[in-house]
Amino acid sequence: METHIKEQDNRVVDVKNLFISFRTFKGYTKVLNGVNLHVRRKEKIAIVGETGCGKTTTVYAIAQILAKQARVDGGEIFFKGRDSLRMNEKELKQLRASGISVIFQDPIASLNPVFTIGDQMAEVIRYSGIEGARDPRVQRERTVAALRETSLPDPERLMENYPFQLSGGMRQRICIAMSLATPRDLVIADEPTTNLDVTIQDQVLKILRQRVEEKQSALILITHSLGVAREVADRIYVMYAGNMVETAGAEELFRECLHPYSRGLMSCIPKLSGGGIASGIPGHLPSYYAPPPGCRFEPRCPHAMPRCKQAMPPMYEAAPGHCVACYLYERGTSA
Amino acid sequence: MKSGNDILVVEDLKKYFPVKTKGKQELFVKAIDGVSFSLKPGETLGLVGESGSGKSTVAYDVVGMYSPTSGSIRFKGREIGMLLRERPLPLKKEIQIVFQDPGTSLNPKRTVYKILELPLRIHKICEPKDYVKYVARLMDLVELPYEYMFKYPSALGGGERQMVAIARALATNPQLIVLDEPTSALDVSVQAKIINTLLRLQKEMNLSYLFITHDLSLMRNVASRVAIMYLGKIAEIAPTEDFFRSPRHPYTKMLLSSIPVVSPEEEKYRPERIESRGEIPSPVNVPAGCSFNTRCPFAMERCLKEDPVPVALDAEGLHMARCHLLEMRG
Repeated sequence: METHIKEQDNRVVDVKNLFISFRTFKGYTKVLNGVNLHVRRKEKIAIVGETGCGKTTTVYAIAQILAKQARVDGGEIFFKGRDSLRMNEKELKQLRASGISVIFQDPIASLNPVFTIGDQMAEVIRYSGIEGARDPRVQRERTVAALRETSLPDPERLMENYPFQLSGGMRQRICIAMSLATPRDLVIADEPTTNLDVTIQDQVLKILRQRVEEKQSALILITHSLGVAREVADRIYVMYAGNMVETAGAEELFRECLHPYSRGLMSCIPKLSGGGIASGIPGHLPSYYAPPPGCRFEPRCPHAMPRCKQAMPPMYEAAPGHCVACYLYERGTSA
Repeated sequence: MKSGNDILVVEDLKKYFPVKTKGKQELFVKAIDGVSFSLKPGETLGLVGESGSGKSTVAYDVVGMYSPTSGSIRFKGREIGMLLRERPLPLKKEIQIVFQDPGTSLNPKRTVYKILELPLRIHKICEPKDYVKYVARLMDLVELPYEYMFKYPSALGGGERQMVAIARALATNPQLIVLDEPTSALDVSVQAKIINTLLRLQKEMNLSYLFITHDLSLMRNVASRVAIMYLGKIAEIAPTEDFFRSPRHPYTKMLLSSIPVVSPEEEKYRPERIESRGEIPSPVNVPAGCSFNTRCPFAMERCLKEDPVPVALDAEGLHMARCHLLEMRG
């Protein structure tokens, strides 16, 4: 954690020790358990984890679009050096209009069914605060350019279409075009290809990566697929039950992942080269109502030690840039 | 294709769905348009395709949810192309299905015990006094604890629900189980457990699986043979080893090169990178000639006019593909 201090200024987003819980009928669920995460300018990171591990909660907190039931119990979120948890309504509006854009998993739910693509894109541009944003001609030009840059055929005709007239892959590309129609510091893509077929996924990921690079935005990609993360990201966070358990450069992580959870996850992935699939990770995600006081993976961990029950292990730097939240790596990778 | 001890033989199966007519001409969705394959006892055939390729329609035809427009489906030599309600009970017993989403395929108002007891009651598998014992045995098979008998599906996790669905399919001692994307809604660690259970059960009970999926890397580890479907037709079918070592159809190559992989070893399995482009056309408006010609980088004039016929690519005729390029190479 202390490793990148000299690059601090370059951080677009810096999440520090974030705790979030949700109010439910049965009390509070303690979901995020001290999340640390940062994204540097022009960096593409991925958060990988299984259903219910808190990936979406983390990025919704960054974009400040959490549900009403959410409560921030501690921690800070810095967006370009400013604490976004303490921003007022006007500043937040600004943040969402020109700072962060989000691409959601399901484009049919995130696009408005009763407005044309052109109308919806114009709206994004109108509130972006760029020069001439209120001029319909500028809006139109920008929209056409954004659609064209996303390799969508025939943008003029497309603008007249409603979302239901388009295929899933097209809709998702529209969302990408929309999120990058105006300059953004950060793009958050929340499982953008989960509903798509593999050949379409390939196209969409390529466009997403290309566009983010062209526009020099930073990217947070959320995915449950390690393979997708490997295709897109420079650096990957592995998340489990509200904690970042491991982070490393993409290449490094796939060369050797260290945390027992990451290893388990990796062995479960069916490989194209064959060799069968491991038997899965025994047990379940812990209940967020009463999570284990120590390491949240301890109940399922094959290497659990008595001290794992007592306190959540901090991030140890096992190798340069490769951090693991596990007592096994207290003394580097030699352990 | 030889048949002999094949448990399931599908020949030139077609299923068209009528859609609303514009003017006088009646339009059809050609969900399946001439599919042939066979399945041996104890074998897993992976039927892989993108959404809209007709893979689920094949599954539903086999279990009798649809009746085919034409062609034949034979189970142990008997024609079974009739609708479910016309099927004799003993036949229904032999063929079971596990659906993709256990959240909607299990009755939310029944406990796990009730769900598992129903097939026993209908098919008179055992005496009513033995139901509990039998249900317990089914739960042993899928490694669910007995206390789950009194839980409702809503109280279970996605993986556990799917285990209940599998146990229900096993209740009648079937020979053939159709698995319609049984793990695509689940996380990989849960998927791994389900797949391993399915493989163990297959070995123990000599089951045949018709495994419908969109996940080729999963099929690499599960199937004995793989068939790729595209717009209602089988583009390529081959034994798994052969299929991944030397994929021949351009669509197969495109699929393989689109799969995000996690290791350099796997990358070797995507040798010729074929850039993915275009989308699967609507099955109402299937392109003339080879249906893949709109996306194929090698499309020739001939592909626009003539639909290719399956070509055998090995001596036994196990590896087949439908492509004009392969016809020319002989």
